[in-house]
Amino acid sequence: MGAGVRVRGFGWRHAGRRGWAVRGVDLRVECGEKVLLLGASGAGKSTLLAALAGLLPEDSGEHEGTIEIDGRPATEARDGVGIVFQDPQSQLVMARSGDDVAFGLENRGVPTGQIWHRVDEALRRVGFPYHRDRPTAALSGGEQQRLALAGVLALRPGLLLLDEPTANLDPTGAALVRAALARAVDADTTLILVEHRVAEALPLVDRVVVLEPGGGIRADGPPEAVFAAHGDALAAEGVWVPGRTIPPRRAAGPGGEVLLTAERLGQPPRLSPTNLTVRAGEALAVLGRNGAGKSTLALLLGGLLRPGTGRLTATPELAGADARTAPHRWRAPALTRRIGSVFQNPEHQFVTGTVFDELALGPRRTGVPESTVHDRVAQLLDRLRLDRLAAANPYTLSGGEARRLSVATALATAPRLLICDEPTFGQDRRTWRELVELLADLRDAGHGLVAVTHDAEFVAALADRTLTLTPPAADPVPR
Amino acid sequence: MITLEPIARPGAPLARRNPVAKLAAAMLFAFPLMTTLDPVTPAIAIAVELAVLPLFGVHPGLLARRAWPLLAAAGGILVTLVLFAADRSGQVLLDAGPIVVTSGVLVTALGLVLRLFAVALPGVIVFATTDPTDLADALVQNARVPARFAIGALAAFRLVPLLGQEWQMITVARRARGVEAGRNPVARLRLFVSTAFTLLVGAIRRGTRLAVAMDARGFDSGVPRTFAPPPAVRRGRLAARRRRATATAGPHWP
Repeated sequence: MGAGVRVRGFGWRHAGRRGWAVRGVDLRVECGEKVLLLGASGAGKSTLLAALAGLLPEDSGEHEGTIEIDGRPATEARDGVGIVFQDPQSQLVMARSGDDVAFGLENRGVPTGQIWHRVDEALRRVGFPYHRDRPTAALSGGEQQRLALAGVLALRPGLLLLDEPTANLDPTGAALVRAALARAVDADTTLILVEHRVAEALPLVDRVVVLEPGGGIRADGPPEAVFAAHGDALAAEGVWVPGRTIPPRRAAGPGGEVLLTAERLGQPPRLSPTNLTVRAGEALAVLGRNGAGKSTLALLLGGLLRPGTGRLTATPELAGADARTAPHRWRAPALTRRIGSVFQNPEHQFVTGTVFDELALGPRRTGVPESTVHDRVAQLLDRLRLDRLAAANPYTLSGGEARRLSVATALATAPRLLICDEPTFGQDRRTWRELVELLADLRDAGHGLVAVTHDAEFVAALADRTLTLTPPAADPVPR
Repeated sequence: MITLEPIARPGAPLARRNPVAKLAAAMLFAFPLMTTLDPVTPAIAIAVELAVLPLFGVHPGLLARRAWPLLAAAGGILVTLVLFAADRSGQVLLDAGPIVVTSGVLVTALGLVLRLFAVALPGVIVFATTDPTDLADALVQNARVPARFAIGALAAFRLVPLLGQEWQMITVARRARGVEAGRNPVARLRLFVSTAFTLLVGAIRRGTRLAVAMDARGFDSGVPRTFAPPPAVRRGRLAARRRRATATAGPHWP
């Protein structure tokens, strides 16, 4: 049975924050409706979803208005509501797949004799391809998200909430999860989905609700009507509105001087021997399935890993007199002046307590005078729309802000070559567009650029050359 | 790499016993040994432990791999005693200036090393043959440990192997930022502390998200918890025992 949702004048302010995360929301969702919840980043979509799931503890903030699920306050109606979050790693509880689905059933006191029957039914509904003894650690990201969905569906929720369930997945994994959603969600289950990749979400929904960042609801109705009226504004705010392409930025001419040469460069068992050259003024995209060794190649090219096989040679153009030694043996300050690396998870790279210090760190480490440091940091802050956040702690930034900061930190030492691992991963359309513009400008100014990516649109918009890796042959004796 | 998987051969008679019973037996066996000082009692205990090894289905080679930290500790004991023992009685075996090795020193060292092995091996065997999920379930059902603690710890434990990978990524990311300690020990310590801090921040965030996801699936519902019977193939006799227990006693207190 589906659940009906009534939201009246709802607002929530996290403890210790000045602004309201979400405010003035009035919303009525009937049983069995499928709703896509949109809004610019920071409009409070995730907060509203957490409130609907009854997961905002009274003492963690201030609230106004009411939320009722089938006539009961959301905090008391939790047994009828299921929620799937973004990150598969922090949703799975148990070591074995079946145990994980059983976890929720055990918590709700489902009689012992019914548990495995319901586990198997839920696994079948999401199309889980393995036996229930399969270790959860051996699943791909997409399979883990399918399992998380099964764990929620086993509880037979009347209201299913999905908070960007495919944002942390590669395209193959995201397709797996969408297929599972399409086959597993009943016609009478009420669904509220947050997802900024609209084109992929549309087949699942029949209604679109747009949250206004300042509070209230901007638009509500069938997808076609909402996008006809608000499509342009939404696209400008970062929503991936379907049918709006971004013009590509190709290099004006062929690549310039060679910066790096890799000969049979590899890292058994993760990366097979690979040959490639990296040139100035050229954007090279490294593609390949999960497990093909793309991130490993990025670390090797970034001088951050000692090559297992083969050789990586820098040219005097990149490294001057140091060209005779391999990049992984350079001192860190020398490395960071020549090759900048942007990691998949921006938080791994943060070292200091404020955005300003974070940007100043590289220049200071490489002996740039303090007056120049200030100018350079001010320029970067302005360029990447971080100027209002100069005093903020890097760990408190939103996903898009953290990504922009991590790119800016790599640029602060003005390296000739920039290596990015999934730079556009999970980004909204606005940040995505800014990244493409920024990287294209760098390339056109004569920098070399290597991007490891799954993002086909990013490749289409920027890459001058692509290299597709194939996974190393499987270990003949798996243990 | 931290492995959590049990290494027992399936079907070994003692490996599939109730984890709480195994743990209790190991403690009963090991604690009295702490009070012995002679080398003979622990030697007999070790012989007994090795003799029951086949009943647990643990291959001696695998046990040795799991127990390697004990070997390191034993080496430490030996070196410390040979260098610093006060009692230098007995026959002099080696006289190299300040270091005098006597039979008395060797007997004391041997006693300590054997005691270390005798006390630690039962624990190693129990954990090597126990599935962590079974242990948590059994602790809640049989030892009345609160589910919030036992299952919470189990879920947190599953995230431990991730920390190793995170540590490597953070270290590498710092080099990319131009942060490197070089040979200066103070700089090394500071880098270590700041890397650990970053790791901790990430771990707390992930732990918080996991806790919310667990509560979203009713972990804090307050309803008396039930237990999925372990599939017969996987846990053999334990399954039958537990099914009987739940059938007669009904759901246990959470």
